[in-house]
Amino acid sequence: MAMTKEKDKLKVEMLDLFYGANHALKKINIKIPANNIIAFIGPSGCGKSSLLKCLNRMNDLVSNAVITGLVTLDNNDIYDKKQDVTQLRRKVGMVFQKPNPFPKSIFDNVAYGIRISGEKNKQKITDIVEDSLKRVGLWKEVENRLFDSALALSGGQAQRLCIARTIATQPEVILMDEPTSALDPISTQVIEELILELKESYTVVIVTHNMQQAARISDITSFFYLGEIIEVNPTHKLFTTPENKLTEKYVTGRFG
Amino acid sequence: MVEIQKKRIPWNLIKDKLFLSIILVLSFLILVPVIWILGYIFYEGFSYVNWSLLIGDERNGGILNAIVGSLIMVIVATLFAVPVGVLAGIFLSENKQSRFAEIIRVLVDVLQGVPSIVIGIIAYVWIVLPLKSFSAFSGALALSIIMLPVIIKNTEESLKLIPGLLKEAAYSIGAPYHKVIIDIVLPACLSGILTGILVAIARVFGETAPLLFTAFGNPDLQFSLFKPMEALPPLIYKYASSPDTDMIHKAWAASLILAVIVLILNISTRLVIKKLKR
Ligand SMILES: Nc1ncnc2c1ncn2[C@@H]1O[C@H](COP(=O)(O)OP(=O)(O)OP(=O)(O)O)[C@@H](O)[C@H]1O
Ligand SMILES: [Mg+2]
Repeated sequence: MAMTKEKDKLKVEMLDLFYGANHALKKINIKIPANNIIAFIGPSGCGKSSLLKCLNRMNDLVSNAVITGLVTLDNNDIYDKKQDVTQLRRKVGMVFQKPNPFPKSIFDNVAYGIRISGEKNKQKITDIVEDSLKRVGLWKEVENRLFDSALALSGGQAQRLCIARTIATQPEVILMDEPTSALDPISTQVIEELILELKESYTVVIVTHNMQQAARISDITSFFYLGEIIEVNPTHKLFTTPENKLTEKYVTGRFG
Repeated sequence: MVEIQKKRIPWNLIKDKLFLSIILVLSFLILVPVIWILGYIFYEGFSYVNWSLLIGDERNGGILNAIVGSLIMVIVATLFAVPVGVLAGIFLSENKQSRFAEIIRVLVDVLQGVPSIVIGIIAYVWIVLPLKSFSAFSGALALSIIMLPVIIKNTEESLKLIPGLLKEAAYSIGAPYHKVIIDIVLPACLSGILTGILVAIARVFGETAPLLFTAFGNPDLQFSLFKPMEALPPLIYKYASSPDTDMIHKAWAASLILAVIVLILNISTRLVIKKLKR
């Protein structure tokens, strides 16, 4: 592994994941370069969310999950015994498939991550909260009720709040699991623009069922099928001249 | 198709109505004895509640020593039982699979089935014998042991209701374990935990047996935890079995006061829970 280029932010080598007897990910190899957007596509249940959760060790919470292989962030093994998992998750943030706001106020939802990372300056926290809510296009809708419960938000608003909560902590990598599947077209566009903007300073991994979305925003696309990565290529190439027959069938919608 | 559906609708409506009426009748049946008991206590006790009863201890014809004793022992018992019970409940819900948790779960079930008099005897052996004196402290300890299983079970159950998604969210922004529990999980199920504590308190407010060999009773108003202390349930027991009608009247009055204290506690906790939910 001496050949590693500096640029690879995340690297997965020969990763296998079992949920009990279910072999959910098989011999996964993938490199994720810094300041890129990489999209995971593939049919339901093929392991996209599972791989995402291996990248910030959320699978530690699943009691019957067993992982073998290597995952590195900036060339450091994240499954190393010495790895501080909370520190890792501050660097590798995550937006979930289902919106999951805390039963706290809108403000506190976004501020929570900043506070636990040790920031005490109230003005600074307020500024970051406002900025984060503006970037996800939620500010105008909630600026008059920042201190109301976040549980009263609509599904799409809650999802944008969760994205704001994640970017507020300024991670280095952001994992997004179908972040726009519950959003209307306008909010989707706001989020897509945000993701493109995030690329300047962060690395983004996004799972999506929306092929146009993958084509619009990602630099690299990776096609999953039954727990395996079938093809990883620059997005333009994967969608126009795929190397694999399965990929071609999937992206042209002739799958089955 | 359309015809079949048309025929079915009235039947379903009738079944719904029937089901609803059965539920209403049954819940009414439960209500009847409760209201009857409370009404009876009120009817028998109200005319005997007076100032001299409330401000004097037994030597002066009142029951203040028992009211104060009950409050002190229940408060001390709650101070013991709540931290231990809530922490144990958190442990059980966080470690669903572990062997150790399984053992604790069985022990808690066993503890819940132990008759309260036995717990009183245990407190007698552990505390009263070594200290060579009956004491409010030993009574409070016995009460807290009775409270524990109720609080543990209730905390565990209400924590189990917290969706995994919520904890995932907290972990995903780098919250350490203790922060996830304190900042996210506990506030989300605070009302459930409080309800469990309330049920436990209401239960021990009415306990007589565990106090017989521990707090023992004391006709004087006193505040020391290391001296014998009176409580309402043993006092009611003592007075109600006396041949003196005046004593029996006082027993009814004391019963009413006990019921009112528990009721006030209940209503105020419910108000607090409602406030918290908002
Ligand atoms: N916590 C878990 N415990 C056990 N099995 C799981 C768990 N999470 C996922 N799986 C299994 O792992 C496989 C991959 O699931 P995963 O959620 O990664 O799919 P996905 O590609 O994200 O699908 P979708 O597009 O529907 O979200 C599935 O067979 C699923 O049942
Ligand atoms: Mg998924």
